[in-house]
Amino acid sequence: MKIPYYPGCTLNTVAKQFDTSARDAAQAVGFEMAELPQWNCCGATFPLTPDNIIGLSAPAKVLSSAARQGDTLTTLCSVCYNVLKRTNKVMKESKEKRGVINGFIEEDYDGSLNVLHYLEVLRDRIGFDKVKGAVKRPLKGIKAGAYYGCMLLRPFEDMGIDNAESPTIFEDLIKALGAEAVEFPNKIECCGAHLALNNEEVVTRLSGNVMTSAVGNGAELIITSCPLCQYNLEKSQGALSKQNAVPVIYFTQAIGLALGQDIETLGFDKNTTDVMPLLKKKGIV
Amino acid sequence: MPRIGVFVCQCGNNIAATVDTKKVAGDMSKIPGVVYTCDYKFMCSSPGQEMLKQAIKEQNLDGVIVSACSPHMHEKTFRKASEAAGLNPYQCEITNIREQCSWVHHDPTKAVGTVKSIDLTRMTIQRLKKNQPLKKIKIPVKKKALVIGGGIAGIQAALDIAEGGREVILVEKEPSIGGNMARLSETFPTMDCSQCILTPKMVEAELNERITLLTYSEVEKVDGYIGNFTVTIRRKSKFVDEERCTGCGECMEKCPFKVTSGFELGLNKRKVIYTPFPQSVPNVPVIDAPNCPKIQKDKCGACAIVCGPKCIDFKMEDKLVTEEVGAIVVATGYQLMPNERFGEYGYGRIKDVISGLQFERLASSSGPTGGEIRRPSDGKVPQNVVFIQCVGSRDEKKGVSYCSKICCMYTAKHTKLYAHKVHGGQAYVFYMDIRSGGKRYEEFVRGAIEHDGAMYLRGRVSRVYEKDGKIMVQGADTLSGSQVEIEADMVVLATAIVSREGADTLAQKLGIGYDKHKFYNEYHPKMKPVETVTAGIYLAGSCMGPMDIPESVAQGSAAASKVLVLFSADEMAREPITSVVNRTTCNACWDCVTACPYTAIERDTIKDRKGNIIRWVAKVNDGVCQGCGVCVAACRSKSIDLKGYTDEQVYAALSAF
Repeated sequence: MKIPYYPGCTLNTVAKQFDTSARDAAQAVGFEMAELPQWNCCGATFPLTPDNIIGLSAPAKVLSSAARQGDTLTTLCSVCYNVLKRTNKVMKESKEKRGVINGFIEEDYDGSLNVLHYLEVLRDRIGFDKVKGAVKRPLKGIKAGAYYGCMLLRPFEDMGIDNAESPTIFEDLIKALGAEAVEFPNKIECCGAHLALNNEEVVTRLSGNVMTSAVGNGAELIITSCPLCQYNLEKSQGALSKQNAVPVIYFTQAIGLALGQDIETLGFDKNTTDVMPLLKKKGIV
Repeated sequence: MPRIGVFVCQCGNNIAATVDTKKVAGDMSKIPGVVYTCDYKFMCSSPGQEMLKQAIKEQNLDGVIVSACSPHMHEKTFRKASEAAGLNPYQCEITNIREQCSWVHHDPTKAVGTVKSIDLTRMTIQRLKKNQPLKKIKIPVKKKALVIGGGIAGIQAALDIAEGGREVILVEKEPSIGGNMARLSETFPTMDCSQCILTPKMVEAELNERITLLTYSEVEKVDGYIGNFTVTIRRKSKFVDEERCTGCGECMEKCPFKVTSGFELGLNKRKVIYTPFPQSVPNVPVIDAPNCPKIQKDKCGACAIVCGPKCIDFKMEDKLVTEEVGAIVVATGYQLMPNERFGEYGYGRIKDVISGLQFERLASSSGPTGGEIRRPSDGKVPQNVVFIQCVGSRDEKKGVSYCSKICCMYTAKHTKLYAHKVHGGQAYVFYMDIRSGGKRYEEFVRGAIEHDGAMYLRGRVSRVYEKDGKIMVQGADTLSGSQVEIEADMVVLATAIVSREGADTLAQKLGIGYDKHKFYNEYHPKMKPVETVTAGIYLAGSCMGPMDIPESVAQGSAAASKVLVLFSADEMAREPITSVVNRTTCNACWDCVTACPYTAIERDTIKDRKGNIIRWVAKVNDGVCQGCGVCVAACRSKSIDLKGYTDEQVYAALSAF
C-alpha cells in the first residue's frame, strides 16, 4: 500500500530522524510513504483571521498537488497536519473561498482529499494489532508518557482524530509497543509553541509544567509527534533536576525501536537527551 | 344588492398621521353596495363599537368592514359587536391599514397612505361580497383528562383538575410518582425539605378518588382531537399484583440480589425487586426483569415465597389499555446532560467528581449517606469542595446555547447545605454570571457568600485531574486576572438541563412542536404559555425548558385551569375557519392527507344504496382542522376550499386591486 506523504520543512531539516524512522516503520508494518513529487511549506500557521485566505494558498497548493497522487495524504508533524486538515476543510466546505484560492494558485482542487495523520493510518488502516504483531523488541518495563500538545487535537471539531478531552491514541500505541503508558494531566496542555522565539520565559514555564507533571506521574520517557513540542520540552529539561531529565523522542522512533530496527538508523543522536542509558537500564539494548 | 358599512379608524394619530381617513371613507361610499361609511378616532372604544352596532341596526347592514389595525388585535372585538347587533359575525371583515399601511409609510402629505388604504379597503369590500355566513363548530367534550408525567408539575395539574371535579389519569413511567423533585434534599430559597413538601402531594394524588395513577406506564399512541382523544397506554409489567400488594416490603427484604440504583444515580445499590425510594407512591414494588434471575433463568424466586398475599407473578406481561380523554397535559420534565461529555472535568474517570443531582442525594437524609456529606470514593468528609457552574450550559460547543436557569440557585443552596453540615469545610464556586432573578433569590445567594462563606470565583475551569489523592482544579479567576489552582476533595458539576430522552418521539405521537433542543414549544411564549398548537394538549413544567419548582407548580395549575375551562361546557365552540372538500370533484390522490400537518384529513368513501363503495374521497375532520390552508394549496383538482378564505373571496379581492 502506497500512501502519498507530505514531510514538511522541519522533517526535512532539524527533525530528519522523525522522517526516516517513520518511513522505516511504515515499511516494516506494510505500507509505503510516497513523498509528494513536489511540495512547499505548509505555511505553518492556519490563519487566525477568518477572511485571511491568502494564508491558505500555500497549504492548498500542497493539497492540490497531493490530490494528483491519490485520495489520501498523510503527514507526521502536528503543525503540518493541523494546517493541512483545516485548509482541506475550508476547500471542501466554503465554495466562495475555494473559488478565490483556486483562482490564485491556478488549481482546481475541491477538498476531496482525506488528510490523515500517520497515527491514524496506523490505527485505522493498518491496525495497532498488526503493529503489535510486528514488535520484535518490546519496550518492556519502560514507563512512557504521551504528550499530545495542541495542534494534533485542536480545534476538536476540525481535527476529530480522537476524544476531545481525554485522547488515548498515543497510549494505545505505547501499549502495542509493549511499554507502559503513563497518564498525566498536562498531556494536552500547550508547550508554549512559537513563543520560544520571543518569550522564552513562557515556554520554560509551560513546558516545565508538562515535564514535571509527566515525570511526577512516573514517566521515564516522553513521546510526541510535534517537532516544536519536542524542541521545547527538551529545552525545558532544566526545570527538572539532572538525574530526573528524561528523553523526549518522536513516536516513530519508539516504533522503530520496538520493531527491532537498527538503533543507529533511528537517529537518537539527534535528540538532546540521550535515550541509551534508559534502554540499557531496562535491558532493551 | 348588498348593504355594506365601512368604518375607518383613525387610531388616534397612529393611522390618521399618514392616512386621510375622511377621504378613505368618502371614496368608499361611491362603491356599489356600500350604503354607509364613516371615520372615527378609536373604533375599538365603547362609543366606536356602539356606532358600529347602531349603523348595523339603523341601516340594516348585511356586512361591515372596519379598516383599522391588524385582525390579530380587534377582529374578535368587532365580530362580537356585529353579532350583538344581529349580524353573522363572519360578515364582519377587517382591513389592516395600520401595521401594513400607516406604520410603514412616513409620507406627511398622506398621499401614499391614503391611496393604499383605499386600495386595501376596496379589496376587502369585494371580498366581503362573496362571504358566506359561518357558524361556530360545536364539538362534544369528554370530561376526563390525561396527565403525562408524575413529577411535581404533573402532580399539581392532576390534583387541580381533580379538585375541579373532573377525572384524571396520571401516567408515570417510573414505578413511583415524584419525579426529579423526590431526589432533592432541600429547596431554595426557603430551605424546605423537598420530600416534606412533595410527599403530601404525592399521597393526595394517590388518595384522590378522581385520580387514576398508572405508574410504570408509558403512552404508546394518541389518536383523535380536542375533547375526543383516544390514548393507548402501555402498562409495563410490574410482576406484582398492585391490587393485592400490601406494601409490606418483605419481598425487598428477602431479595438476595443488588444492582445499581437509578434513583440514587449510581451512588447506592437497590434490590432487584424494589421501590425507588421509601416514600414511593404507590408503595408497590416492581421487579427489574432484566436483572432478575428468576425471570431470566428460573433461579431464586425468594420474593414469591415470602410474599404473604401471594401477589408476585413472574409470568405477568405488559398490558395495553385504551382511555378516552378530552384533554392532555404533558409534564414529562427534564434530565441532566450525560456527564460523559465532560472529559475536561474528569467525570466518570474521577470518582469524586459528581453531578449536582448526585450531591442532592448525598445531602438528603433519605440518601445513601443518610444526609452526611461523604464523598463516593472512600466515604471521607470532604474538606474542600469545588462547585463548577455552567457545565455544558451556555456552551454552543456542547450543543447547549441556553442558560439552565436553576443552577446558580441550587449551587448556592449546595454551598449552604455543605457549610451547615461540614463545619470548617470550604466551598468554592466557579461561575460565569450569577443569575438569581426571583423572589428572595438574590438575597439567598448573597447569604451563601456572606453568611456561609462560599468562595465565589468568576471564571471557568480548564481542567480537573487527580494528584496525590487530591483533585486538582485549574481555573481562571477573571476578576483578579489570575490563574488559580485548588486542591479539592470533591467536585460538583452543575450539569446542563436537557430535555428527556425520547421527548421527540412523544411529541410526534402527540403532534406537538419542539425546538432544536427537543424542549416542547408553547403556543405563544407570552400570551399562551401552557397551550400547544394542537388544541386540547397543554404543557407544564420543565419539558418546555429549564424551570424551577415554583414555576413548574404554577404551570401545573395553569394547565389544569385551561383543562377545567375546556371541561366547563358539554360542547366547545370552535372557529369555523376549516377546510371543506368538494366531494364531487375530489379524485382521491391523497396529496392533502400527506400535506396536512395536523392529520385532520381522513380517507372517506361514497357508497351506493346497497352499501357498495363507489368512490374514495378526502374528508376534513372539523375538530382537528386548524384552517392553515396547506391542503388547499396542495389539492391538484381544486377540490378543497378554506371556509372564510375561499378561492372566490380571494380572487374577488385580488381583482378589485
